[in-house]
Amino acid sequence: MIAMLLAGGQGSRLGVLTATEAKPGVLFGGKYRIIDFPMSNCINSGVDTVGVLTQYQPLKLNQHIGIGIPWDLDRRSGGVTILSPHMKSEHGAWYTGTANAIYQNIEYIEQYNPDYVLVLGGDHIYKMDYSKMLDFHKRNKADVTIAALEVPWEEASRFGLMNVHADQRIHEFEEKPPNPKSNLANMGIYIFNWDVLRDALERDNLVHPDSDFGMHVLPMLLADGMRMFAYPFSDYWRDVGTIESYWEANMDLIRTVPEFNLYEEFNKIYTDADYQPPIFTGPRAVIQGTILSEGCEVLGQVTGSVLGPRVIVEEGASVKDSIILENGYIGKNSVLERCIVDINCTVGDGVVIGCGGGGNIPNELRPKIYNTGITVLGENSIVPDGVRIGQNCVIHGETLPADYPDKLLSSGKSILREQKNNEKGAKA
Amino acid sequence: MKAVGIILAGGGYERLGELTNYRTTSAIPVGSCYRAIDFPLSNMTNSGIKKVAIITQNNSRSLHDHLSSPKWWDLGSKQGGMFVLSPFLAGSDSGWFKGTADSIYQNLTFLRRSNEPYVVISSGNCVYKMDFNDVIAYHERKNAEITIAYRRVPDSEDIRNYGVLELDENERLTDLEEKPLDPQSDLASIGVYVIKRELLINLLETISNEGRHNLVRDIFSRYRKRLMIYGYKFDGYWRNLSSISSYYDCNMDFLKRDIRALLAIDHPYIKTKPKDEPPAKFNARAVVTNCLVGSGAILDGVADSSVIFRKVYTGEGSQVRNSIIMEGTRIREGCVVEYAILDKEVVLSPWTSVIGTPDEPIIIPKGTVK
Repeated sequence: MIAMLLAGGQGSRLGVLTATEAKPGVLFGGKYRIIDFPMSNCINSGVDTVGVLTQYQPLKLNQHIGIGIPWDLDRRSGGVTILSPHMKSEHGAWYTGTANAIYQNIEYIEQYNPDYVLVLGGDHIYKMDYSKMLDFHKRNKADVTIAALEVPWEEASRFGLMNVHADQRIHEFEEKPPNPKSNLANMGIYIFNWDVLRDALERDNLVHPDSDFGMHVLPMLLADGMRMFAYPFSDYWRDVGTIESYWEANMDLIRTVPEFNLYEEFNKIYTDADYQPPIFTGPRAVIQGTILSEGCEVLGQVTGSVLGPRVIVEEGASVKDSIILENGYIGKNSVLERCIVDINCTVGDGVVIGCGGGGNIPNELRPKIYNTGITVLGENSIVPDGVRIGQNCVIHGETLPADYPDKLLSSGKSILREQKNNEKGAKA
Repeated sequence: MKAVGIILAGGGYERLGELTNYRTTSAIPVGSCYRAIDFPLSNMTNSGIKKVAIITQNNSRSLHDHLSSPKWWDLGSKQGGMFVLSPFLAGSDSGWFKGTADSIYQNLTFLRRSNEPYVVISSGNCVYKMDFNDVIAYHERKNAEITIAYRRVPDSEDIRNYGVLELDENERLTDLEEKPLDPQSDLASIGVYVIKRELLINLLETISNEGRHNLVRDIFSRYRKRLMIYGYKFDGYWRNLSSISSYYDCNMDFLKRDIRALLAIDHPYIKTKPKDEPPAKFNARAVVTNCLVGSGAILDGVADSSVIFRKVYTGEGSQVRNSIIMEGTRIREGCVVEYAILDKEVVLSPWTSVIGTPDEPIIIPKGTVK
């Protein structure tokens, strides 16, 4: 079985966090990137041939994956291959849909002539043994097996659901039905018999130029009478597609006994960490209910937070209920509460971020994205000394004291300085 | 690059007591996530050396385990590479290495199959950061045949533990005594040498025919008048992990900002075998001050002025002070640990006390369940 990992999605509801980064490349849990979870699941399940399909902002993702060393995917046979959209003889071809992306890489899969193909999304946090799913697939003599998350009944109508017989065979797909008949949600993890998938991709491509698994290919196969089964999964699984769910899933890791255990001896999650200096806690440090990645230097106070590699928290600074990603610097006596600070940010001395007051004011530019009180600093942002920043604010790029009238950025306001990269990023 | 590297990692030092029961000193864990050999090995690759031999002999299992793949040090290449050389039997005059020179002599093929003009030799159990290009440049400037790096030993250290150099006004070696009773200078070799590759091959063949096997005594000291041997002064941080006290002090040095920056934070980086542990977890009642902490640690208790390695667990109400706690050790609730070195995978039952003194830290051997 080989795996095809769809890692091209933007994740636009993550706002400024995906301005220069595809969603699978977003950092999670301090030292990881979201894609590390499906990648590690692959190697931990014995799948050692993985095609990674990239499209949106692939630079950092490509660098991160490299030749696959962290996941033992640097192999002479198989291993990891980055599959980007490319020019064909007459025209360039972007990946226009999930199934279209696989369709455009039929040649890659054919090289390995596999019996089974595992198709995965690159943007969920979970641990799964795909080899057990394959056993299930074989036992049922299935043509297609779809991993199914048992969601709470009251939330079921938010998902794409599968209605099944007693033997888990799927007889109907329902997209966000108001009155759900089942609580089995499609997790976007599929095992196909390769001959079935190949045939379906080629047929559907004639009809839908934006061929999509959920909308086109799976319903078509069901109508054809294929044996399609739902593989029930009930462990930890999170979609971190919004600012709030991203923050919550990070915070899941700091509980005394976390529901999602990263500390097991086997089935580890692997990531690219080129060197690992130790963590240092200063003589007056207070660090509680927090996880710290390698190279952090904490001289101040950090509670209820997740810190990425090489974050520095200076003396007198206080970080509470926040996520600070790689290479962040928090200056002396600064106070941060409910923030997400993307990589390489510098917060000056005596800054206050996340100061409340006046209720929850959603962001003025993008109220649908920033509306839960969390303030976000985009990659490479700089905040000058002594300013106060409210809730639901967005800062991206180097900001100067002049950007803060009365040294204040009140709740719901934004300062966006990095607008050159691309249109969507500029909208934060 | 003009040099190949050789790291002498064979020594077993009895002065490290139980810490070297299960490992050679080059494999001793230090600074919360490193092993001693990471320092000379990273120095070599950071200096651009592409081909490194690591010569092992005593108690080498954990060293071989650590050196599981050359790729962790960027040595996984066809041009060059990492060669781990252990003694082997082949005919009557082989077997255990009879000394430092013999250990290289028995692996002379490594040197013969190289074409770089120089060899950089380092001991495997010293913590330091050095650019060997500087030493080679000095070596060439001096037209030296052999260069020995040295440092000035402060009064606080006993120089009689080292090889002591005497140099003339041009830095040329006039005398060299190993662990002298009455040292004649305060200059001690730091176990880093640069020598022409072909000259080294010739010398090793010559002394081996004479039944001599020691690099320092039988080459550097004995040939000091015939060859142009120079000293190269090194001012940087250097510690030899050859005694309990130097081992303890070296770990505690990582708590000092400038030394930590030099060894762990600043470029060029000291590389080690990745362990893929998750971030360290500080639970709600943890109080961890002035500590070095490795990834994968889960801390519930109080810790101060200590070096805590990866995957260590401290239970609620436990107190750890002025101690070194190695990888995978579990200190359960209510324990008190002071001035102690807890080796790997030790388990302390609830409410156990392990208390040493500043002069004599207590050592709990690997795997002890107490």
